[in-house]
Amino acid sequence: MSSRIFGSGIRRREDPRLITGSATYTHDIVLPGMVHAVMLRSSHAHARITRIDTEQAKAAPGVLAVYTGADIEGALQPMPCAWLLPDSDLKIAAYPCIASDVVRYTGDIVAVVVAEQPSQGYDALDLIEVDYEPLPSVTDPEAAAADGAPQLHADIEGNQAFHWTVAGGDADAAFAEAEASGVVIKERILQQRLIPNAMEPRGAVAQYSRATGELTLWNTTQNPHILRFLCSVVTGIPEDKLRVIAPEVGGGFGSKIAAYPADFVTVFCSKQLGRPVKWIETRSENYQATTHGRDHVQDVELAATKDGKITGLRCTVHAGMGAYLSTAAPGIPTILHGLMLSGCYTIPALKEDVYGVYTNGVPVEAYRGAGRPEATFMLERLIDMLAGELGMDPADVRRRNFIPKFDDGHKVITTLNYDSGDYPGALDKLLEHTGYAGLRAQQAAGPVNGKYLGLGLSSYVEICGLGPSQVAGAIGFQGGLWESAIVRFHPTGKVHVFIGASPHGQGEETTFAQIVASEIGVSSDDVKIFHGDTDATPMGWGTYGSRTTAVGGAALAVAVRKIRDKAKVLAAHLLEASVDDMEYEDGKFFVKGSPDKAKTIQDIALMANVAWDLPEGMEAGLEASTFYDPPNFVFPYGAHLAVVEVDTATGDVELKGYTALDDCGPQINPTIVEGQVHGGVVQGIGQALWEGAAYDDSGQLVTGSMLDYALPRADRLPPIDVISTVTRSPHHPLGVKGIGEAGTIASTAAVYNAVMDALKPLGVKRVDMPFTPERVWRAIQDAKGA
Amino acid sequence: MKVPVSITINGRVCEHEVEPRTLLVHFIRDLAGLTGTKVGCDTSQCGSCTVLIDGVSAKSCTTLAAQADGAGITTIEGLGDGEQLHPLQESFWNKHGLQCGFCTPGMILASHELLRTNASPSEAEIRHGLEGNLCRCTGYENIVRAVRDAAGAMAQE
Amino acid sequence: MFAADFEYYRAGSVAEARELLAAHPGAKLLAGGHSLIPLLKLRLAAPAAVVDIGRIGELHGISNGGGALHIGALTTHAEIAASAAVNAGAEALAEAASQIGDPAVRNRGTIGGNVAHADPASDLPTVLAALGATFTVSGPDGERSLAAADFFQGMMATALGEHDILTAVNVPAAGSGSGSAYVKFSHPASRYAVVGAAAAVTGAGGTCAGASVAVGGATAVPVRCASVEAALAGRALSADAIAAAAAAAGSDFGDDLLGDVFASGEYRKAVAPVYVQRALTAAAERAG
Repeated sequence: MSSRIFGSGIRRREDPRLITGSATYTHDIVLPGMVHAVMLRSSHAHARITRIDTEQAKAAPGVLAVYTGADIEGALQPMPCAWLLPDSDLKIAAYPCIASDVVRYTGDIVAVVVAEQPSQGYDALDLIEVDYEPLPSVTDPEAAAADGAPQLHADIEGNQAFHWTVAGGDADAAFAEAEASGVVIKERILQQRLIPNAMEPRGAVAQYSRATGELTLWNTTQNPHILRFLCSVVTGIPEDKLRVIAPEVGGGFGSKIAAYPADFVTVFCSKQLGRPVKWIETRSENYQATTHGRDHVQDVELAATKDGKITGLRCTVHAGMGAYLSTAAPGIPTILHGLMLSGCYTIPALKEDVYGVYTNGVPVEAYRGAGRPEATFMLERLIDMLAGELGMDPADVRRRNFIPKFDDGHKVITTLNYDSGDYPGALDKLLEHTGYAGLRAQQAAGPVNGKYLGLGLSSYVEICGLGPSQVAGAIGFQGGLWESAIVRFHPTGKVHVFIGASPHGQGEETTFAQIVASEIGVSSDDVKIFHGDTDATPMGWGTYGSRTTAVGGAALAVAVRKIRDKAKVLAAHLLEASVDDMEYEDGKFFVKGSPDKAKTIQDIALMANVAWDLPEGMEAGLEASTFYDPPNFVFPYGAHLAVVEVDTATGDVELKGYTALDDCGPQINPTIVEGQVHGGVVQGIGQALWEGAAYDDSGQLVTGSMLDYALPRADRLPPIDVISTVTRSPHHPLGVKGIGEAGTIASTAAVYNAVMDALKPLGVKRVDMPFTPERVWRAIQDAKGA
Repeated sequence: MKVPVSITINGRVCEHEVEPRTLLVHFIRDLAGLTGTKVGCDTSQCGSCTVLIDGVSAKSCTTLAAQADGAGITTIEGLGDGEQLHPLQESFWNKHGLQCGFCTPGMILASHELLRTNASPSEAEIRHGLEGNLCRCTGYENIVRAVRDAAGAMAQE
Repeated sequence: MFAADFEYYRAGSVAEARELLAAHPGAKLLAGGHSLIPLLKLRLAAPAAVVDIGRIGELHGISNGGGALHIGALTTHAEIAASAAVNAGAEALAEAASQIGDPAVRNRGTIGGNVAHADPASDLPTVLAALGATFTVSGPDGERSLAAADFFQGMMATALGEHDILTAVNVPAAGSGSGSAYVKFSHPASRYAVVGAAAAVTGAGGTCAGASVAVGGATAVPVRCASVEAALAGRALSADAIAAAAAAAGSDFGDDLLGDVFASGEYRKAVAPVYVQRALTAAAERAG
């Protein structure tokens, strides 16, 4: 059984509560005496507040209190930024929980109303009078960095939050040579602003006890332990009196990593009023105030020889950070982006300058893939352009530049040490599986009814399983990146696991149970997983960066192995044998050659717990805990193919087919892996085809609701074909890598390349994402005119 | 002004005097205490709040409780019979048709509507039938498989 | 989201609804609620009172008589899409109704509420303009009938007065040798029409005896494309003739084009011929 549970696509144990409506999300929590907070958010992108009058609102029916920036003075510290990027001239702007003098984006909190009913809170919002003196605003990162741009923060010149660089080899020399005798490809890439859109809006329930000084905070967070720490910093409530609970969390995609002002304002309200306070954002508010993703302006150039060998890469990135630096924001367009710039290719020289820029937009944070899609896109686009320039097939250019297969470490120019990979093998398998040659032949036959076929490839490698804590410290991350787990056997052989990592939809309650079952031979049904409650679980650094299984799962495996070691000693004692003579198989401990006289793990659990007959010096109980600090990151990879059809009459793009090949090492639960790929791929497709947050000239979010911001829907998608290869990570206890973000990292570039491939015969060179029909149609018209 | 509203939810009569602005979804969640029905947007786009009104799907965030006065509502909590899962619930579980679960109650009830109006839908018909429900986790692939699976199971019943 | 509160009255008959409207100035009519409730929730509308006409039996259902389909204002989009009579006599209307919003929206949204809301990106007004529908209005001075051109007066504006109630929409039923179709470029987020083209063609023997074409989405009210209709009249319904005629669609739009961040007015106008052509082709096929 243990040999089969690892790798088995068993049904998720999370699902029964979710499919019957009996799961409890933050919004579902009801406490005695609970009241409701509603935030008044700035209606201006940039303005000075000259007057706030809350008198009428305070007198409105059901209203208990209205607080403004003046009220939180001294009670709530500014929002902390937790990724202090070194060597980057990082300038962190003050980020008050409630703005009191200047508002800097349309989601800035200006006041909070607490009322008996949420409806009464919204009624009272309309009664708060705020006078604004509008200031000039800027939402485009490049424009915000330009001379004469409106200044967001008085003490931060040029709106520059940081300037970070990465370099390796002599990039300038490579370009000089390519200009003389090779090829140089230049491109400007806009990675548009994206709205994460976890289906569950964010929210918090704060319950403060004046009697004990203790606070319980239910929150829609991806990392309850980090939130506990940050909550303590901002609210001053000591960490030991703080309990954070992430109940059922409905997706995050990075948007539930950050701590948010509204969370702490909710805590403040509970503390002030001595009553439980609930705050749940509306979807419009989610668009206005919950972190966004991407927002890069990239100027990129690639140097190559005339036979398609890449010799250098140079780029300058203006990364919009929004009005303030969110919790982990500085690390996203830098560490997680720049260090992955060489992708799965041998690139001898590269250089990148990343400018983090304050703009009058929602703060930008990690969003599924976080930095890596922006790197993959850059490379994959340029490689396709190089192929076009040289008249080569894009697959051949990739093959010419891939890092050859390796299985125990490969150092790249950015200093990272990739763990294992077979990039050529992945591409070859993908091309064979999809009948790539046949598709090319079909394309060569020409358009049918004005519809042009396009094929887009994307090869990727990503960094995940974050990561060695020593590295975390070196790159300015204000925390560790280990994970911990406690495994406890009860006398009947049933198991409780307490784990710091807190999944929010990915299904790790199931995969964690599978890990325990496969490591020690119990039924996975006998394993209960506890997570998400800081009072009940050991510390964990959160679910992001595809690290939950990769790091949390490793911690769990190591803890279970400690149990196994102890059990073996006890079994030897009970069997009156030497430990060295003991063997273990599928939950049974026996003396070599006598498997019929085995002690099962259940036998051992009982004997360890009753402690009637333990070996000299052995403690009672069967429990182990581990802090697993990974020795290196893990590097999943793969190759994707998108097939599209472009209707030249209207510019409409139809995705006809999509195949993803991903290698995340051995798959603990292949069904869950496949589901992660489906979702990830579609999110990346969304960026290419439909999604984009847009601000108007006055800094108002014009894609402010689901009526305007287009998310992928079932009816515009083809079936997603998912295949895989399996390459173990040499340094991981289970050999596994992460899979949560892989799909998104690859798919935007694949779809983009496919559309541009379709448009190539028409002479179209460049279109900004998303490919709205009008943009495609205009590009076709412009190419016709040229 | 308050208006009396009596709604039978999953077979149980629920009577309250409500403000006319009370939405059906708030009546279900806050007054009847059934929190399986979710609120995911404010513009009738996401479908998380989908319920059945007299057997027919509706977005409970775009329906006043007063409009549903006298009606029979089925929510996700009432879809199975308490002991046994509805075939759609079973197939969503079997086919890994959910991840974070937030869209799932609405998605299952939208699928119920789809199969009510078309007992053996094609792949394209399933995808069209789910056009009013957003899921950010699954890419819809396994939801489509789950609906197809449930259609087969229900046809055999 | 929470609407500002309002008073709620439920009308049992059209007469009672009119009385309630008279008694509560500024009151809004509520049918299925799929146009009004979103506005209330976003507090873009905050009427003091709402009159719920959703249960008035006489406003419900589809009947066929006198060469016309008589569609009660409370008939839902789902009922219209599924109606055998509508599918036989006004294919374009069934086609449009089946593409509004999504299934749950179609189960609750009504034809009356939809056209009274007069959203320029809505599907039904375009089809009703092309099919020559008339709108029956019950007002303080009795009942009157309005043509589409008179009913739709501007963006979100109709000929309905504060005390008027739209009771029915009447659509001339197509005879043999006629066909109609609606083709839509759906906004990927809202599902409203970026461009929607409706065409009705009478074409016994492959020659166009008459065509009517309307386009919605690009202008404040649906545009009847007289140039297209004229270019096609009397011609053989060939692919070339349809394409040539459709090319003129934009010339009827005037200068006041609607556009947004997703699609400019210029683009909507430029691609309208494509959708008109597709609608005409489908209508001609059905006519043949």
